[in-house]
Amino acid sequence: MVSPILELKDINKSFGHVHANKNINLQINKGTIHGIIGENGAGKSTLMSIVFGLYQADSGTININGKEIKLKSPRDSILSGIGMVHQHFMLVENFSVLENIILGFEGEFVFGKNLDKAKKDLKNLCDMYKLNIDLESTISDLSVGFRQRVEILKSLYRGAEILILDEPTGVLTPQEVDELFKILRSLKEEGKTIVLITHKLNEIMDLTSEVSVMRQGEMVGHKKTESTNKEDLAEMMVGRSVLLRINKLSTKPGNAVFSVRDLVVKDDLDVTRVKNVNLDIHEGEILGLAGVTGNGQTELLEALSGIRKIESGEIQLFNETISNKNNFFDPKSLKEKGLAHVPEDRQRMGLVTDFKAYENLIFGYHHQEPFSKSSVLKEKEILSFSKKVMEEYDVRPRSPNLITSNFSGGNQQKIILSRELNENPKVLLVGQPTRGVDIGAIEFIHQRLIDMRDKGAAILLVSVELEEVLSLSDRIIVMFDGKIVGEKINKDVTDRELGLLMAGVA
Amino acid sequence: MDSLADIASLLNSTFRISTPLVFAAMAGLFAERSGVIDFGLEGKMLAAAFVAAVGSYFFGSPWMGLLLAILACVSLSMLHGFASVTHKGDQVVSCVAINILMIGLTTALAAAWFGQAGLTPTLTSDQRFLEITLPFADALQDIPIIGLIYSDIISGHYIFVYIAYLSVPIVFWIVFKTSFGLRLRAVGENPSAVDTAGINVFSMRYKALMVNGVLIAFAGAHLSTAVNANFFREMSAGRGYLALAALIFGKWHPKTALIACLLFGFTDALQIRLQGVELPMIGTIPVQLIQAIPYILTVVLLAGFVGKAIAPNAIGQPYIKER
Repeated sequence: MVSPILELKDINKSFGHVHANKNINLQINKGTIHGIIGENGAGKSTLMSIVFGLYQADSGTININGKEIKLKSPRDSILSGIGMVHQHFMLVENFSVLENIILGFEGEFVFGKNLDKAKKDLKNLCDMYKLNIDLESTISDLSVGFRQRVEILKSLYRGAEILILDEPTGVLTPQEVDELFKILRSLKEEGKTIVLITHKLNEIMDLTSEVSVMRQGEMVGHKKTESTNKEDLAEMMVGRSVLLRINKLSTKPGNAVFSVRDLVVKDDLDVTRVKNVNLDIHEGEILGLAGVTGNGQTELLEALSGIRKIESGEIQLFNETISNKNNFFDPKSLKEKGLAHVPEDRQRMGLVTDFKAYENLIFGYHHQEPFSKSSVLKEKEILSFSKKVMEEYDVRPRSPNLITSNFSGGNQQKIILSRELNENPKVLLVGQPTRGVDIGAIEFIHQRLIDMRDKGAAILLVSVELEEVLSLSDRIIVMFDGKIVGEKINKDVTDRELGLLMAGVA
Repeated sequence: MDSLADIASLLNSTFRISTPLVFAAMAGLFAERSGVIDFGLEGKMLAAAFVAAVGSYFFGSPWMGLLLAILACVSLSMLHGFASVTHKGDQVVSCVAINILMIGLTTALAAAWFGQAGLTPTLTSDQRFLEITLPFADALQDIPIIGLIYSDIISGHYIFVYIAYLSVPIVFWIVFKTSFGLRLRAVGENPSAVDTAGINVFSMRYKALMVNGVLIAFAGAHLSTAVNANFFREMSAGRGYLALAALIFGKWHPKTALIACLLFGFTDALQIRLQGVELPMIGTIPVQLIQAIPYILTVVLLAGFVGKAIAPNAIGQPYIKER
């Protein structure tokens, strides 16, 4: 029998009243890629933070190579051969690659020979795993993909035998994901053990040999990857069966109701982010806008929803010009014309997170009947409305009086959707509707968007999740460097084609 | 008076006047590079001046006064750390508390111990630091240029003046050429990166504050046991704030902060020199206007003359692990 390199026994961890990890048992074998999958908030990251020494378990033991060890700080873990690549990179942006890597492991107090030795060791590691990193470059000049490689190199330099990666692909383009997977496979070949935390089933099937599933703080199962499939895993994660591809009927799109001509938009730093964009959205259609974060989608969405001024071009809603160089409709008047907007950043723009749920549920419509009369809010009506829509949109917990920040990401998103969809908008602009939302809620939100489409709404879906764009859209456009670089009918396009467009290659 | 000697005396005063600013700016650099705002330089400088004067008076040795001043300032820095690092309180509030407390405490203690509010007894010459004449200063006096530079500008200062200018390259070396410096800069930019590298964020910040306390003590001792022979009420006179301005103007870098301190010192020296002097064509400038020059300069410089000063990324934020 193979002896496990890492073994967790009865790990428990609570944060206040939240029992984040309940009696977790886990065995990870040497030289494997082991996946840990679960919805957001299932406790995966907490568990791995315990293994990395960032948090201390309330009870339970951790064995490495059969020996019990106490992990009181990340230093203990690093010295035991554990490395972790966090979801948010732990890099100092204005430091060089070299400085970031040696931080905490400088060797000597005064810099000199130790730097030369570190450079030599790092060059060797780079060559061995084909990482292709320039040690002198500053982190802020590097792309996200390269920053991640720096994190991997950092762990290797510190002697990691077990490498934990927390949601490593969330910020990468499909091509970068391929590169990452190549690196991970070569690490495995060299005998390293890799723990991959993810909520993406494709990655598990692609890469791992074993997979453990977590749900609501508990370990619900361990499987050999070859003897399971996506549907089984999804069911274990959510606790019930889910649709992986939304069932949607094909519809005939109607007239173009929202048109954009030669739109140019600048950002706050006066940089042109949207360059001569043209697009039409038709009744009864979902137009998907794919692209890697930061290619102008945010500014485009803000301009279309009346939050950001445009430089030139024209935006038309029902053949009426709502925005051009001189004229500018604000979000309130756009709302009255039947345009609704679900912003990308729900906590900054979509919600006042310190407000109670019922306040957020009517915000923006609060001045209308039946929520207020003569500028006085009518609390009774608001509360009964809130209870009704929370039921309808399955917002959990159903407490209109709870402060919004206490809801999970998915439920916060449902609060925004129920507010914006309640008025039956004719045109709906949606940004990142399921970012940081768990699978159960994703399914629900997707179904709602399809329902809106079937009722004849024109929907623009902006998302960095390629899978989401593919499963919802009728038509897909790809944005790169501020321009629309491609338009595809959904049913004749592959991930690869879109990936190349997103990377600006095709 | 010939103009060369004028310039020499102006530069001589510049170095003397800039000394407490340099100490304070270097002290602030350690705190702020570690991510802790130090608005309390003013209060600590005042405390150091008071403790140094009182210590010298009671123990009869200025070195004893300096030692006690260091202890006092390190304690105050630790208090600031306890409030804002350990208990994650608001850093500016903690500093303001220290500043206000020190104004009141020094005045009250002086009244209780010496019967005069905010005034300590005059120190005798063996109770204070005296000006140091460097070797050969007298011999070189008459050589043109070299004599002027060496004997009239460089020689004849208090020991703190030399320590201050020597401290700048040392600070530079520590901050940029040692592992302590790397960790210090990292903890002010991204404490999470430091934590995950297995270094204790809190202990790093406390270490930085300890160095901060030692350096600021020198500034206070310079004021009350070197250039003056006693402590008087609010004798720091805004130098702590001015040093902080120099630090920001110098973009948290020892070399440029030094230049900023010298610039402030120079305008102050000029200001003193110009008082009552009749300038050709202009006439006598009112004293009030002349005295305002250093402050006007501060405002002009900080109001964007130097471009955007980019502070350490994590400055002012207490470190809290996620959740």
